[in-house]
Amino acid sequence: MPDAPVLEVRGLTVEYLTDAGPVRAVERFDLDILPGEFVGVVGESGCGKSTMLFGIAQLLSPPARVSEGSVRFRGHDLVTMTDRQLATTRWRDLSVVMQSAMNALNPVAQLGDQFADAMRAHGERSRATIRQRAEEVLALVGIDLVHLKSYPHQLSGGMRQRAMIAMALLFNPDLVIMDEPTSALDVVAQRSLMLQVKQLQQQLGFAVLFVTHDMSLVSHFSDRLVVMYAAKAVEIGSTKEIFANPGHPYTEGLLDAFPSIRGPRLPLTGIPGSPPNLLHPPVGCRFAPRCPKRFEMCDVEPPFYDAGTSRAACHLHALADKKVVQ
Amino acid sequence: MSRHYTEGAPLLETRGLTRHFKVGGAIARKTLHAVDDVEFTIRDREIVALVGESGSGKSTVARLLARVYRPTSGEIYYRGRALSSFRTRRDLLGYRSDVPMVFQDPFASLNPAYRVSHGIMRGLALHRPDIPRHQRRAEAERILERLGLDPAGEALDRFPYELSGGQRQRIGFAQALAYRPRLIVADEPVSMLDVSVRIGLLNLMAGLRDEQGVSILYITHDIASARYIADRIMVMYAGHLVESGPVEQVLQDPRHPYTQLLVAAVPDPRAELTVDKVDHGEPPKVVDPTPGCRFRWRCPWVEDVCHRITPELVELSPGHSAACHVAAARAGYGDVAVAVADSGDRH
Ligand SMILES: Nc1ncnc2c1ncn2[C@@H]1O[C@H](COP(=O)(O)OP(=O)(O)O)[C@@H](O)[C@H]1O
Ligand SMILES: Nc1ncnc2c1ncn2[C@@H]1O[C@H](COP(=O)(O)OP(=O)(O)O)[C@@H](O)[C@H]1O
Ligand SMILES: [Mg+2]
Ligand SMILES: [Mg+2]
Repeated sequence: MPDAPVLEVRGLTVEYLTDAGPVRAVERFDLDILPGEFVGVVGESGCGKSTMLFGIAQLLSPPARVSEGSVRFRGHDLVTMTDRQLATTRWRDLSVVMQSAMNALNPVAQLGDQFADAMRAHGERSRATIRQRAEEVLALVGIDLVHLKSYPHQLSGGMRQRAMIAMALLFNPDLVIMDEPTSALDVVAQRSLMLQVKQLQQQLGFAVLFVTHDMSLVSHFSDRLVVMYAAKAVEIGSTKEIFANPGHPYTEGLLDAFPSIRGPRLPLTGIPGSPPNLLHPPVGCRFAPRCPKRFEMCDVEPPFYDAGTSRAACHLHALADKKVVQ
Repeated sequence: MSRHYTEGAPLLETRGLTRHFKVGGAIARKTLHAVDDVEFTIRDREIVALVGESGSGKSTVARLLARVYRPTSGEIYYRGRALSSFRTRRDLLGYRSDVPMVFQDPFASLNPAYRVSHGIMRGLALHRPDIPRHQRRAEAERILERLGLDPAGEALDRFPYELSGGQRQRIGFAQALAYRPRLIVADEPVSMLDVSVRIGLLNLMAGLRDEQGVSILYITHDIASARYIADRIMVMYAGHLVESGPVEQVLQDPRHPYTQLLVAAVPDPRAELTVDKVDHGEPPKVVDPTPGCRFRWRCPWVEDVCHRITPELVELSPGHSAACHVAAARAGYGDVAVAVADSGDRH
């Protein structure tokens, strides 16, 4: 029997209550993550990736709120947990790495002190233990121990992100949630951080939920991929299969938008238009207004179809007699 | 004004371009070499990409070209004329309208207190005396439409914060275009944008070159995008130019080990993952350097000579140069020992 998922998200819906009305930034989102699995989530800016991660980690603050759905982490629903229960679970079992380390690290405290604060907040009293663990995690991410005495601004962008990851690993979590941790880095630093995360994941066995707007970034690292468009998942499947054989026209558009450094220099097409305003999303398939393959059925919201190698929310699969799945 | 410029001179040329910064406290004064002895040429109707890791000196080059910084030494020639000889307001305005800059973060160049129209109309007032006041608004709309901002009238009346990232970046270009530029210095103009928006802007840049003969210095760390629009590419490492040449040649046959590392780091969904080793190297902060190749600490080919003598750019095939003792020796330009004898004491 396969392992039980470490995370089970069901029907997660997050709303921002604005003066103009509720904005649903995440709508009926489902996701299972198995122990040790690396799941990538891709989509254009504004499609709800960060909101979804914050909704899972229960880090939302007004005007955002989870309006529906459940997030079961190792069997317990985080949505209905008290703040106290959450405080122990978060970081210890499930930790979050933010987009910008500059915002997440305390600019006026040395790294070592920040590690110590985090451990004390979770009940660790022994200074020796704290010191030893801080050294262990820094070594894990390949940062020299002299930097325990460094302030964040003294580190390069790549090192700051690695320090963030070291912090996230302090308690040996089962799941690490990452929100575009490499978006401020250049290609070389990006690649080295991705390799680092993958290596740590294999070594320590935690699962990763990794969000990015750059699909090429996760191509070699994630086991499974979720493609998001306008607050909804539109395709889910194995990363390899989706890259080889995208089941949704939006995924196809994202892939065609990538300049490749090898092979023939093809003209880049991209995706015309821009994503909808989530205050008034289009009825039916939300991608239809930009879709080169739209047809009559697209006025109705598509269910997920079994597209063979992945599940995709696109009516084209109905034409090919594929089955609706849930 | 044209009488000042030299007929037939390249659009822009730098010689020995160098910019240092004083760092450290009053006692331990040190010199950071952000850009050292950088020489390149940009011709009419040409997109030249400048790539390299963060901290390699790309933005400093851009700021030198935009006259935000003065060179510590060396010179920039615009159409044959040394920038240091530009004295009058007319000269400087002329240069600024010919060579505008577009920044990575369009917020930095858009005044948040003003509507989009403000900056563009101001540019037109300053740099386009040929357009009468009452026609400026129509001209601004024309420019925005050309950039695909539709309806242009509506976009002009927006505030920067009301626009998406892609729209703001287009406005950044619109401001530059209001000047009727010859050369746009674009510092990471698309790196914060989504792929679909990014492509629109890349095609826009290519269109400016092809249809209006505008040249662009395209600064980026996104090498794959450079491949699609650039004619030539220059690679910087730690303040030095280490390789330059026609874009296809440099990317398909990189000669400098650093360029090879850069090319290998580009994620390519269509290829298998080749690198599996974590490279924690970082471009050094070049403080009070001694002679020697600045890449030597990370270099897989390092030789004795690399610790002693800074390699010069050597043309290894027509138009394609690299600054590497070993690459030069491999290309048949003497052996490494000969390279030693030939090199100056550049550092
Ligand atoms: N503070 C807010 N108030 C209202 N709507 C918001 C707010 N923050 C985000 N949103 C809405 O949520 C959507 C998704 O945002 P976000 O989760 O940040 O997307 P992503 O991380 O994919 O870029 C946005 O397009 C916007 O419509
Ligand atoms: N005003 C400044 N004062 C001191 N150092 C600077 C200044 N501007 C840039 N530098 C340093 O010069 C080097 C090159 O920086 P920059 O040109 O911004 O690189 P890039 O644009 O390639 O990331 C870096 O080490 C940077 O810290
Ligand atoms: Mg986000
Ligand atoms: Mg820069």
